[in-house]
Amino acid sequence: MTAPREPVISVKSLVKTFGGRRVLDGVTLDIHRGETFVIMGGSGCGKSTFLRHLIGAIRPDSGEVWMFGQDIAKASEDSMDEIRKKFGMLFQSGALFDSMTVGENVALPLREHTKLDDSVIQIMVKMKLELVGLRGFEHLMPSQLSGGMKKRVGLARAIALDPAIIFYDEPTAGLDPIMTGVVDKLTIDLTKRLGLTSVVVTHDMNSVFRIADRIVMFHQGRIRQIGTPDEIRKSKDPIVQQFITGEAEGPIAHQGEDYLDHLTKGF
Amino acid sequence: MLFVESVGRATHALAGQISQTSSLLAQTLYWLVVGPFRKKPVSRKSVFAQTVFSGWDSLAIVFFTDFFIGMVLAMQSAYQLEQLGATLYVAALVGVSMAREIGPVLTALVVAGRVGAAITAELATMKVTEQVEALQTLSLNPVRYLVAPRFMALLLMVPCLTLLGDLIGMFGGFVIGTTSLGLPPGLYIDTTFEFLTAKDVLTGLLKSAVFAMLIALIACQQGLAAEGGAEGVGRATTRSVVTSFIMIIVADALLTAFFYMAG
Repeated sequence: MTAPREPVISVKSLVKTFGGRRVLDGVTLDIHRGETFVIMGGSGCGKSTFLRHLIGAIRPDSGEVWMFGQDIAKASEDSMDEIRKKFGMLFQSGALFDSMTVGENVALPLREHTKLDDSVIQIMVKMKLELVGLRGFEHLMPSQLSGGMKKRVGLARAIALDPAIIFYDEPTAGLDPIMTGVVDKLTIDLTKRLGLTSVVVTHDMNSVFRIADRIVMFHQGRIRQIGTPDEIRKSKDPIVQQFITGEAEGPIAHQGEDYLDHLTKGF
Repeated sequence: MLFVESVGRATHALAGQISQTSSLLAQTLYWLVVGPFRKKPVSRKSVFAQTVFSGWDSLAIVFFTDFFIGMVLAMQSAYQLEQLGATLYVAALVGVSMAREIGPVLTALVVAGRVGAAITAELATMKVTEQVEALQTLSLNPVRYLVAPRFMALLLMVPCLTLLGDLIGMFGGFVIGTTSLGLPPGLYIDTTFEFLTAKDVLTGLLKSAVFAMLIALIACQQGLAAEGGAEGVGRATTRSVVTSFIMIIVADALLTAFFYMAG
């Protein structure tokens, strides 16, 4: 599609083992500046674990994660805190702080990490809420919002410090088709309008092809295929095809003969 | 075999709890002591909110339990002392045991049940709904932001509650002493102060400060370690209260032994 661009995130040979199982088995990839990069794959394929490595929530057994000129796999907690101010994260449930109003949620990172005057913070909160289409919602409590609204407030909070990268964890999970469309459009808008890099973990196929500049498909802890939406759509790999078309039958074994054994064992 | 196994498992759990609690204590003290010098102070506003919740809102239940336990203590000791013809010493017994033992322990248990459980439930809910991770992603340390204010509030409030609880308990004893035991009020008060020393009260307050730290650390640690949705929150809360109760009693035994030997 476009000429190779400068990577903002560079991952090299990432390996992570949980309880003897290799959840990530040598993942190497680059994410470029200004693109919407989608990570997809079935449950347990390692995509969520991969995302948690990118935000520094867990550290790998081996491998490197380069971001803002530092290997965050080895960064100290203090320098990690500095790096975390340069990216935002939208959690699956929105993860709003229940005890604070919508406005206070969005204001929190500004209050804690900047020396801005309270009146300036109030204006910025209104601007961030406007960006996600929630003007005038700042006095509501999170419990008064629908799932889609919570996610949009979560997004407003994630962009409060004007980050260079936003990570999205299943942004459309549990939303109705219209709200899915709204969140997808927001993702595209923010990426283009604010010049951000977006990294989205999802298994919602409609969303994937709507928002992605590039897609990576994970399978059993490894990269199965990486490419543009067109390349993925035309993939000859039966596993990729099965995943994007959502066929129950195919090479991605869900039950099969083992299941019969499992059921009848012990008689 | 089963007995040995369960003893082993309990010891392992206790050792794990002690190591996690001390690691959380170290981090909490770091944020409370070193934090302000690194321009990352613990929010005074949230310390205040927690103080109101753990202190002020606990007053009624602490008064209630300590008042009745003071009455029970008076009646129970009168039953024994009457046989020796020493009913007057009910005042001394109630006063000293409220200050040294019953006041601190009972207040701590009540606070563990009321405040500790609430802290665990709140933090555990935050943990399972990704709010704790969200704090981290916003570069806000959960120990600084969540644990330190609760620790500080309990450390301030539990000794205060204990002191008031001691007084209320003694008043409970006074009510029984001057009504059903028929002791003259002036004499009852004089006898109390004759036997009660400042050391008794201070010993009790020192104990209550240790209990406060245990409640705060165990409640926060259990909350932040919660996993697995609503069921996980329930499990963490139960475990927090049970662990606090056990640790308060164990710490009480150790401290009482220590003060006894130290004279």
